[in-house]
Amino acid sequence: MKPLHVVYWVVGAVVAIFAIGAFHLALAEIGWIPFFDWTFYFEVAAAGLLQGVMYSLVALGFVLIFKASGIFNFAQGSLVLFAALTMVGLMEFAERELGIELHWTISFLLTVGVMIAVAIAIERLVLRPLVNQPQIILFMATIGIFYFMDGFGQTLWGSDVKVLDVGMPIAAAVEPLGVRMNVYDLIAAGVGAVLVAVLAVFFQYTRIGRALRAVADDHQAALSVGIPLKTIWTIVWSVAGVVALVAGIMWGGKAGVQFSLALIAFKALPVLILGGFTSIPGAIVGGLIIGYGEQVAENFVGLAIGGAIQDWFAYMLALVFLLFRPQGLFGERIIERV
Amino acid sequence: MFYRETGQFKTSYAADQSIFPILQDKIGVLLILAIAICVVPFVADNYLLETIFVPVLVFSMAAIGLNILTGYCGQLSLGTGGFMACGAFFSYKLATAFPELNIVLVFLLAGAGTAVVGVLFGLPSLRIKGFYLAVATLAAQFFLVWMFNKFGWWTNYSASGVISAPPREIFGIVVTGSGATPVVKYLFLLFAVALLALVAKNLVRSRIGRSWMAIRDMDIAAEIIGIRPLVAKLSAFAISSFYIGVAGALWAFVYTGSVEALAFEINRSFQVLFMIILGGLGSILGSFLGAIFIVLLPIALNVGMLAIDSTISVALVSHIEFMVFGALIIFFLIVEPHGLARLWQIGKEKLRLWPFPY
Amino acid sequence: MRFKSLCLAAAGAAVLAATAIPAQAAEQYTPLLVYKSGPYAPNGIPIAHGWEDYLKLINARDGGVNGVKLVYDECDTGYNNDRGVECYERLKKPTAATFQPLSTGITYALIDRATADKIPLFTSGYGRTSASYGPVFPYVFTAPLTYWSGADIMVQYAKEQEGGSLEGKKIALVYHDSAYGKEPIATLERLAEEEGFEFHTYPVAHPGLEQKSTWLQIGRQLRPDWTFMWGWGVMNSTAVKEAAAVGYPMDKFIGIWWSGAEPDVEPAGAAAKGYKALALHLPGSDVPLLQDVLEHVYNGDEEAARENDWGDVLYNRGLLLMAMEVEAIRTAQAIHGEGKELTGEQIRDGWEALDLTSEKLAELGLADFTKPVKITCEDHEGGGQAFVQQWDGEQWSKVSDWYSPNREALRAAYKEDALAYAKEKGITPRECN
Repeated sequence: MKPLHVVYWVVGAVVAIFAIGAFHLALAEIGWIPFFDWTFYFEVAAAGLLQGVMYSLVALGFVLIFKASGIFNFAQGSLVLFAALTMVGLMEFAERELGIELHWTISFLLTVGVMIAVAIAIERLVLRPLVNQPQIILFMATIGIFYFMDGFGQTLWGSDVKVLDVGMPIAAAVEPLGVRMNVYDLIAAGVGAVLVAVLAVFFQYTRIGRALRAVADDHQAALSVGIPLKTIWTIVWSVAGVVALVAGIMWGGKAGVQFSLALIAFKALPVLILGGFTSIPGAIVGGLIIGYGEQVAENFVGLAIGGAIQDWFAYMLALVFLLFRPQGLFGERIIERV
Repeated sequence: MFYRETGQFKTSYAADQSIFPILQDKIGVLLILAIAICVVPFVADNYLLETIFVPVLVFSMAAIGLNILTGYCGQLSLGTGGFMACGAFFSYKLATAFPELNIVLVFLLAGAGTAVVGVLFGLPSLRIKGFYLAVATLAAQFFLVWMFNKFGWWTNYSASGVISAPPREIFGIVVTGSGATPVVKYLFLLFAVALLALVAKNLVRSRIGRSWMAIRDMDIAAEIIGIRPLVAKLSAFAISSFYIGVAGALWAFVYTGSVEALAFEINRSFQVLFMIILGGLGSILGSFLGAIFIVLLPIALNVGMLAIDSTISVALVSHIEFMVFGALIIFFLIVEPHGLARLWQIGKEKLRLWPFPY
Repeated sequence: MRFKSLCLAAAGAAVLAATAIPAQAAEQYTPLLVYKSGPYAPNGIPIAHGWEDYLKLINARDGGVNGVKLVYDECDTGYNNDRGVECYERLKKPTAATFQPLSTGITYALIDRATADKIPLFTSGYGRTSASYGPVFPYVFTAPLTYWSGADIMVQYAKEQEGGSLEGKKIALVYHDSAYGKEPIATLERLAEEEGFEFHTYPVAHPGLEQKSTWLQIGRQLRPDWTFMWGWGVMNSTAVKEAAAVGYPMDKFIGIWWSGAEPDVEPAGAAAKGYKALALHLPGSDVPLLQDVLEHVYNGDEEAARENDWGDVLYNRGLLLMAMEVEAIRTAQAIHGEGKELTGEQIRDGWEALDLTSEKLAELGLADFTKPVKITCEDHEGGGQAFVQQWDGEQWSKVSDWYSPNREALRAAYKEDALAYAKEKGITPRECN
């Protein structure tokens, strides 16, 4: 994306947010929705956008793997759970058995090591024997991984809810211009943004990143110019594991680390479709749109029709976008030949 | 040695085109049916009937439905749970609003209603493909379950949103609700599933079935040779949804007897998808094998482990069940990515030569 | 047909012969439907530990119920309805004492089955509320309280805190969008009309990780005077955190008794301070029964006991539920013969005659732990009471008196709903005399 494009997008987004606000105002005027209030609207919008970054964090893991290997990795959710469980588990283990208080940063680094080991194991045991199979088979295999990781994580660390404390404030909030925002969400969004920037630089400017893009383009051509496919896959799965760990910390810090974390993968799917399976910026923009859209829908329209609409609304929103751009916002254009 | 078609000559087109052209297959299928009808109800106890045979049959029906769409027409769908919910709630509304309506008719109408819904949600498939479509069908999944959960009308304003199947009879025997005996439930399902499976098998061999497969293999090429994607894709959505809707109705009325919308949440969709991938995409037999595999395996693992050592904690058993289940899925995919149906086919070829090496 | 009846007669004779042999150590089979895996495991595990420990205690301390040892088999449902039915079918025997499905969804799936199999269902504080009407649901017991009673008590408490009137106040309900969470809505709507408060509902989709918009509404827009919650599992801890994040006053936030345990507030840490929940029994370990468990089951090893959640709210719940079940078995033995293994049908009679007076509770080591319960043919709820407990950042403590719901109105509502069900199902209600 060129800098000018970014400007276009930002300006467009601001205009769109105001336009949608005005639209709801109009709906409230004619009585289709119960009420409208600008301050509250901006609060909702801010919360939605911050929430959207959290979705993007999960979606990023999907994108990385899909980009490199064309695999729709259903197991990303369970990687999130497993990573968070391992991190808390290590801290608890060290305190209980060894009597030392492990700082969370050390535990974080150890968990990164574990996630790399997991990536190597997945590449060796699952991906290598299934090379050249149709996409749907690989998809199914990742579902196998999903089940395995869920069982494995719980066997290892138990199913109790675990408290993950990385020193982030839970209840603190700031109110610039009367719009209340949660500090926790702001920090999480910041971490997400940094992560995305790092990944973008990594894939854009490093040797491995270039090799990865080559692999994503054409497996066989990449192989024939001497790019080691297996190494690239291991790296990508490792990076996805680390992204999962960060997502796990952010989500687990909120609700405690427990089995339900594996289910947040479903929140990432509409983000993926909207942004396109192959685009890292797509995951971010998609996340922001979905997060914003579903919060606004739930808070204004949802009230009028019974509530809890955000689950399906996210998918409907994505579907509407898809009807205009079948490859997602930033996905590679699909060219079909007979 | 036993499985050889040498000497079986076909003297008419009809014979050549029969579903089971080989005598041994014919005998085999009839034998299985005979065992299923005459032996199983007397041998199996209520536990087996209620928790293995009945769900396997219901899931087989759903798997056949999804296989038509995904296996034959190549349109990946994750909306199965939502469509099953349609079948269940449509039939509940029909059965309670018109108590004198024959229950078979209720199921068929519910299936037809689901087909209409399926076509509606199938419309995006004309523009969207592959995983994008799969996630678009999730919109159907979440929306439908939400709708049945949210609006009291669907459950006749039951306070908790749970529907309870009213007892209905066929030829004076109660087949639905909790009043039906397991044997009756089983036989009724067996009959329904066998009949609809036969219909499906013939459908996929017909002109329309071949047009689905052409679309699956390459939609642009199919369009060029004169197959209309609109008709082919939407008919696949309609017929697939019909089967899935009937399966949902059977689930609510025959299998569980009472059901809430959440019973058809996203996990159900995945469960049915596993069945057809593991069983074999584009195979009616595979739908059955997959259903058996997915229903039986977790229970067998759980019961098996407890039988070996009853002192291990049930939590550990559940966790190991998850792990082994996942590992087995991967193992089967590595051994035979085309599913159990393909494994059976390979087995048949081996049998043809056996015991000679060539 | 004749063959079958012959077989039955033979089997019956065999059973008679078997039971006639004296001094045979009889055993009573108590199947346990637990969930120690899956999304709701953090809540399911302590309850299961409570159950197991109570059974162990009775066997170790008293040598069983009148000498009848209690044996148990477990099956992990994963809080999943299909697996729950499978587990029920796997564990059921004519001699099964009672099933406690521990899930409203599974309860709905089992009501008809258990009634047909003549095995009692004990759905304490969950399940189908109108099953409290005994004439239509002879095999289902809902003691000590139902969700409708819970809603009633919450409103009573809020009213008292507001100085006797809820006129013009706003009350919000945050609920798990399933059969479970929908139970209290009708009751709260009725009370809203009677008490004159404004009532708003906020459904939360399973599993409940997503509550941002719900709490924006509550904390920033509606700002209700009271917020009630019907949550379970991860939904509870997320709700407490989000409530704190939007600055909702925690002491105006009351959960049902399934939303008031340690796993629900611990992830929120200090932010959860002040959060309230209804309770059916005292929290903590300062109860004679718990000390007995410590002594007889853990040999005084408190660390091992704590490892098994000893003293946690849900553990205590497990103890209470199993204590009631064991007392039902004891009562059934008083009716059908002491020291014998009984069938589920006979134990049902025990349930229906269960009378846990304060003396009886004191005998069990549960004095002041919970309030007396008396089940009758007509009333399977048994007239229990609840109080409000509060989380002080470290532990739960009792902050109110015991409340009794307004039973008159509730019983009429149970009856109405149960009779509608009976009509739909073609059941003729039995006569109670």
